[in-house]
Amino acid sequence: MTKNKTFLGVPVARPKVGFFELSSCEGCQLQLLNNEATLLDFLSLVEIVRFREGMKEASDEYEIAFVEGSVTRADEEERLKNIREKARIVVALGSCACFGGVNQLKNRFHDLEWVKKEVYGSFPIETQEVKPLSAVIKVDLEIYGCPIKKEEVERIVTALVLGEEIHHPQYPVCMECKARENICLFDLGEPCLGPVTRAGCDAWCPSNRLGCWGCRGPAPEANLTRLQIIMAERGISQERMIDRLECFGGFAGFVADIRVKKEEAK
Amino acid sequence: MLFKVFPVGELIRLFEILSADRIVGPVKKGEDQHGHSLYDFDVVHDFAELRLDYTQTIHSAKNYFLPYREDLCTFTFQDAAGAGGDETGGSGDGQGRPNAAGARDGGSGDWQKEVDYGVYAPLVLFGLHPCDINALNKLDKVLLGGRYPNPFYGEKRANMFIVGHSCNPQPFCFCKSMGTDSAIRGFDLFLTRMDDLYFAEVLSSRAFHLLEQIDCREPDSREHRRYLNEMAVKESLFVAHVDTSDLTKILDLEFQAPVWKEWGEKCLSCGTCAQVCPTCYCYGVEEHVDMDLNHGRKEKKLYSCNLLDFAVVAGGHNFRPESHTRLKYRYYHKHRGFVEAFEESLCVGCGRCGQSCLARITVPEVIASVRASK
Ligand code: SF4
Ligand code: SF4
Ligand code: SF4
Ligand code: SF4
Repeated sequence: MTKNKTFLGVPVARPKVGFFELSSCEGCQLQLLNNEATLLDFLSLVEIVRFREGMKEASDEYEIAFVEGSVTRADEEERLKNIREKARIVVALGSCACFGGVNQLKNRFHDLEWVKKEVYGSFPIETQEVKPLSAVIKVDLEIYGCPIKKEEVERIVTALVLGEEIHHPQYPVCMECKARENICLFDLGEPCLGPVTRAGCDAWCPSNRLGCWGCRGPAPEANLTRLQIIMAERGISQERMIDRLECFGGFAGFVADIRVKKEEAK
Repeated sequence: MLFKVFPVGELIRLFEILSADRIVGPVKKGEDQHGHSLYDFDVVHDFAELRLDYTQTIHSAKNYFLPYREDLCTFTFQDAAGAGGDETGGSGDGQGRPNAAGARDGGSGDWQKEVDYGVYAPLVLFGLHPCDINALNKLDKVLLGGRYPNPFYGEKRANMFIVGHSCNPQPFCFCKSMGTDSAIRGFDLFLTRMDDLYFAEVLSSRAFHLLEQIDCREPDSREHRRYLNEMAVKESLFVAHVDTSDLTKILDLEFQAPVWKEWGEKCLSCGTCAQVCPTCYCYGVEEHVDMDLNHGRKEKKLYSCNLLDFAVVAGGHNFRPESHTRLKYRYYHKHRGFVEAFEESLCVGCGRCGQSCLARITVPEVIASVRASK
């Protein structure tokens, strides 16, 4: 199983891979361990030298670093820079790493000291404004989702190993939602960010009758202007919409714009 | 065409005879927030689930003949020298995939290509409205009529029995404008409900023999008139219209009309309109290699001209980067290009795209706005 593989008769290198976590729930890494059926194939395709969720040993020899989580402390910045120096390819794994994720919700409070006190009480810890990996280092590849979709990671890892180009869907979640013939959440009077959110999750939430919360961030062409009209026409308040847009950090820029416009209108 | 009549109560017998095959028909999927029923096509096991009184289904029935996703072929790589296996040997995956159509020797090692058209049992489409029957007729022209017929579609079509059913025109239906409000071919049997009777149009011998098995007779002249009367009532119910006169020319003249930009600003580039449309057949193909490197597949996915990367070509150039240019092409394909090629529009006026579009972009409004351009 540890022998090198071939594809169509051509030997395929088995890259050394490390998994790292910054501030996160480690749920994305757990996703990878979830599907036993393909785990062995995964392990024969790459050589995992570091994976806290799955093994004790840890090596610093890796070509590809999958980094989960967002940056919330100075020591994490240092660790991340260190990883960048060692790895040929740094992959941001999951929405925390890509946009800050749920963690960045605290950024909307102006007084971080107050947040710290509310959360940690008399056990203060060092914490700063939440940043995605790309605010600290150059990121080569982003894998979106909270959590990531295991099938998607497997597809991407296979492509990396075979040296193929990696494509993310350019369309929003609605496209996949329609292919699953779901009832649209808006018909049920519920909000959904599917029309502006990057697909790839196979419309995970709408297929379970939950509106999309935008965990994969904006589609490359996200018509936020129209989204606001869609929500307003259906009597969904702007605050409710903003709550959703803010949840994972992918829409931070848009939310800031909306807030500025709101202030100006006052 | 042969005509028959039978009592409404006999329909369940028809259904039961046909249910030896897989029956797909309209069923209720739920209710919207205002309590209106929502319908879609699905496999029907029980006659009671079949809702022939349906208004319009959210999605067309195309998933059953033009699936949203479909594997065009799968590959198994088996190489004595180790292709896809460990370098030290091992012959293939041992999963013993059948030696299917198209299997070939791949030269240095063995690789097999397997093609599966995805037809395992005959299909009965029970309760299609005229718009959807006409949609199939149009798809046939494109997908079967050309030089390279599509075998995936063709196999499914060849194993299909179609029972049409009369409809209740909805406020968004404009099939009458598109000339698709009645079906004259493309079905085996077409049923028009006349209170306690079904007026049946019989097009195939299979349908003829099917009717022999139920309580059925020739209509009399009074029933002919009742049928014509039903047609007249239906005609009177249409609200939405599209003026198609000289439309191909007007679309050419108005290619640069500013209204396209206005619609483009509204559009979410979400592809919903194409997904729910019974005649949108554009697609993309992706190749996947399984993680074991022993298997691969080519997957076809229905795509939409409204999607951002629809017109991206090798090298990365996007011929239609702006949403209005993409939206426009959906209309040009339906109402101009197809008309020039086949002397009929590709749109059957089912209204689904407008009903599902969250940006409220509807065909009658778009066409009217283009016609009104100054
Ligand atoms: S439920 Fe959400 S993702 Fe699905 S079609 Fe409606 S808006 Fe789009
Ligand atoms: S539907 Fe939206 S929130 Fe749910 S997994 Fe997909 S992108 Fe994330
Ligand atoms: S026209 Fe409507 S349904 Fe079609 S892509 Fe645009 S917003 Fe989506
Ligand atoms: S374009 Fe719209 S109205 Fe025309 S056939 Fe397609 S879904 Fe129906």
